[in-house]
Amino acid sequence: MSYHFDFSFLGQRWPAFAEGAWLTVQLTVVAIALGFALGTVCALARVYAHPLLRRLVAGYVEAIRNTPLLMQIFLVYFGIASLGLKLSADVSAVIALVVNMGAYTTEIMRAGIEAIPKTQVEGADVLGLSRLQVISHIVLLPAIERVYPALTGQSLLLMLASSVTSQISAEELTATAETVQSETYRSFEVYIVVALVYLALSLIYRVGFWAIGAALFVRRRRLGTLR
Amino acid sequence: MIQFNSMHVFYLLEAAKWTIALSLIAFIGGAMLGLALALARVSRFKILRLAAMGYIQVIQGTPLLIVLFLSYFGLSIVGYRLDSLVAAGLSLSLFSGAFLGEIWRGCIEAVPRPQWEASDCLGLNRLQQYVYVILPQAMRIAIPPTVGFMVEVVKNTSLASIIGFVELARAGQIVNNATFQPFLVFALVGVIYFAICYPLTVASRRLEKRFHVAR
Repeated sequence: MSYHFDFSFLGQRWPAFAEGAWLTVQLTVVAIALGFALGTVCALARVYAHPLLRRLVAGYVEAIRNTPLLMQIFLVYFGIASLGLKLSADVSAVIALVVNMGAYTTEIMRAGIEAIPKTQVEGADVLGLSRLQVISHIVLLPAIERVYPALTGQSLLLMLASSVTSQISAEELTATAETVQSETYRSFEVYIVVALVYLALSLIYRVGFWAIGAALFVRRRRLGTLR
Repeated sequence: MIQFNSMHVFYLLEAAKWTIALSLIAFIGGAMLGLALALARVSRFKILRLAAMGYIQVIQGTPLLIVLFLSYFGLSIVGYRLDSLVAAGLSLSLFSGAFLGEIWRGCIEAVPRPQWEASDCLGLNRLQQYVYVILPQAMRIAIPPTVGFMVEVVKNTSLASIIGFVELARAGQIVNNATFQPFLVFALVGVIYFAICYPLTVASRRLEKRFHVAR
């Protein structure tokens, strides 16, 4: 075996990797934010809404969590197009990632909401807080604080999973890598570089989430997970 | 263009067998690696702990798709012919191993401290402690999350389609190319995946409940 590693393509091509990374950041930040919003609404519905709606949300969550993301992406991209609505690859990728993230967030947030003691909600009611105030200040914020580590983990997984959207040629890091490797024929080296870029992104996301958490939840008290 | 018919359904079901086979390969390979990693993570030797942690951090910070590409192209460098089953089995094992290692480390650490101390007092050596005292108890704790993780393994095998291994996802693409009914085809593929995964999800949930009651 004699293989000579050749990373010389980096000299010329590094801007492509940087741009790919930036595209992945844009794609996933949008997907995480929208997916979080969708999941939070669904979690509230899962706990408080009419039984029929609860069932519907539960069905959505199970359907997404028990099928591969790749199939969800194909269904959105090719499926919706076949129904006559042509979506671009990027839009399809965002939709699929949001729907996926929403389902996982629903389960995480539901656990957080259910962990809020009932007496706190009753107490807030007695103090005359409006329904909206109760939901936002007494239920949601403490719930998010409680499940914040799980949300961070799920967001990281979504960022990594977004590499799959390259398969419908959405513009992001993995797709960029495929272009570079098809032009340079240094497949192994290209994917080593991409792996390192993803590792760096994971680290950046982790630090970012930690910073957001530190700014958002100033109380800094240890929250046990309720059973 | 061919009309979608029952033949295609059979073709998809046939391909689903490969999804299950690949899942088993990935799970068995991942389990062996995962056990080694979990034990290394709780080892007395710092170097082992660090090495295992480094491996887990790297794999968990890299997309499976990239691990898959690296195995695929890496194997060809070492001189093997590009065999997609080998590459898929290898990368899925490497990937599952990291996650199972982390899950099982938690399970080993969840075994109460006095169990270690008591088995020490009985004069068991480290190996005996693991085999007779710690691992049997850790295994009980580990079953629900492990079954839950199997769902992830099954879903992850869909990525093998990208390097050309014909399993359920790839078969779906092939059928779609022939019939051009993506909505129907991918929905059906999704249903088949669901039929494989959902029983595992339910089993994991039930086992977890039973475990909590038993404690």
